[in-house]
Amino acid sequence: MATATLNPISELSKDEILRYSRHLIMPEVGMEGQLKLKKAKVLCIGAGGLGSPLTLYLAAAGVGRLGIVDFDVVDFTNLQRQVIHGTADVGKSKLASARESIREINPNVEVVGFETRLTSENALQLFESFDIIVDGTDNFPTRYLVNDACVLLGKPNVYGSIFRFEGQASVFYALKGPCYRCLYPEPPPPGLVPSCAEGGVLGVLPGIVGCIQAMETIKLIIGQGQTLIGRLLVFDALGVKFRELKLRKNPDCPVCGTHPTITRLIDYEQFCGIRGEEHTPVMVGIPELTPQEVKKMMDEKQPFVLIDVREPHEFQICRIPGSTLIPLGEVAKRMHELDSAGEIVVHCRSGQRSARAVEFLMNAGFRKIHNLKGGILAWSDQVDPSVPKY
Amino acid sequence: MAVKIMIPTPLRQYVGKKDQVEVEAKTVAEALSRLASEYSELRRHLYNPEGKLRSFVNIYLGDEDIRFLQKEQTPLNENDVLSIVPSIAGGTAHRRVAL
Repeated sequence: MATATLNPISELSKDEILRYSRHLIMPEVGMEGQLKLKKAKVLCIGAGGLGSPLTLYLAAAGVGRLGIVDFDVVDFTNLQRQVIHGTADVGKSKLASARESIREINPNVEVVGFETRLTSENALQLFESFDIIVDGTDNFPTRYLVNDACVLLGKPNVYGSIFRFEGQASVFYALKGPCYRCLYPEPPPPGLVPSCAEGGVLGVLPGIVGCIQAMETIKLIIGQGQTLIGRLLVFDALGVKFRELKLRKNPDCPVCGTHPTITRLIDYEQFCGIRGEEHTPVMVGIPELTPQEVKKMMDEKQPFVLIDVREPHEFQICRIPGSTLIPLGEVAKRMHELDSAGEIVVHCRSGQRSARAVEFLMNAGFRKIHNLKGGILAWSDQVDPSVPKY
Repeated sequence: MAVKIMIPTPLRQYVGKKDQVEVEAKTVAEALSRLASEYSELRRHLYNPEGKLRSFVNIYLGDEDIRFLQKEQTPLNENDVLSIVPSIAGGTAHRRVAL
């Protein structure tokens, strides 16, 4: 197959005209709109759940330059939703994998990759040469960083976020409306809102929200329709409800208000309460046993009780033989079922929830209680590989 | 006033999986307080330990943010719809932020 040469952006080649014919025959796009797309420079933060459909559709639409920021590697568990990556890409850099998929769809798109973490030190420089920033990140510090950088540079930030069955989308463009901080001045403290790994996500949900982000990006470029500036789209996948909530610019917004106090990028991890709390208090001083140590106790028939504090649906996926299920939320109610003087080992999936249970029970007077370090994941890795990981 | 409170999917596990709850209340403050009393596990997601509404949870009356109305003192009418809209951040990968 002949490789397409990049044509001057003041015109479309015969190939491009044919490729984009379905755009060109609509007056809302036409040659003018398609040329705007070709001249456009869009930076996508993240080539994952949201980034996948987003970058695929922007590439298909003919955005001339697509920047992608992602330093991650394709994981097997990503494939359930990150449709820009395939099974053969597991282990590869997401950037490399995304670049290939985009090239397959549209070799006319110039992909500029940034295989780096977005930080306060590099964000302004990275964003400078792009027209529109699309936020496909998965954590609060980066969302605030992206927002603030966009406000400081006067660039639109096409926002999308998801959790389980819920999606949100908007366009934050401080020159014309509210920014992310106008909506959420402060992030939740770490640990209160679970990530996708802890909370799960319906795979197709980021597909829907990512496509909405692509749609809004295209509309911003061609200047057609009403974008989500000043509106928050909330999508409930379970009930199939789209709701629209008004967003207003907050005059006291610290970054885009009338008297901004934030005029430079800050330490966002600290802002989100993460620095200095990387090991949450609950993790320090909790007695632990490794999977091998617990296996030894089992082999030597030492008397102890193994408590699993995961949820029933996780227990269905896999369990350690001999364990008793007491979901974390029920530990307080059911601790009378346990012998507070007896040897107890508590586990969950990765060792976080069980650590909280151990702390709780220690405060309730349990003395011979240990957390299984690394949870059932570590058990699978180190003791019994037949136990599936999830 | 009988009002409906729309529960976002991340919080439905604390209200018996319902997507909306009806309460009797004259103000937003009363409605949320009734909700948190009826579903005590919801309380820590709505209120901080000092009893103030958490800043990463927005409350809407209809399609208006209560911060631009009379905040929690916003009066309610029969059949008003309140929505709880929490901050969510899922997007790219599955790495955890903290913990």
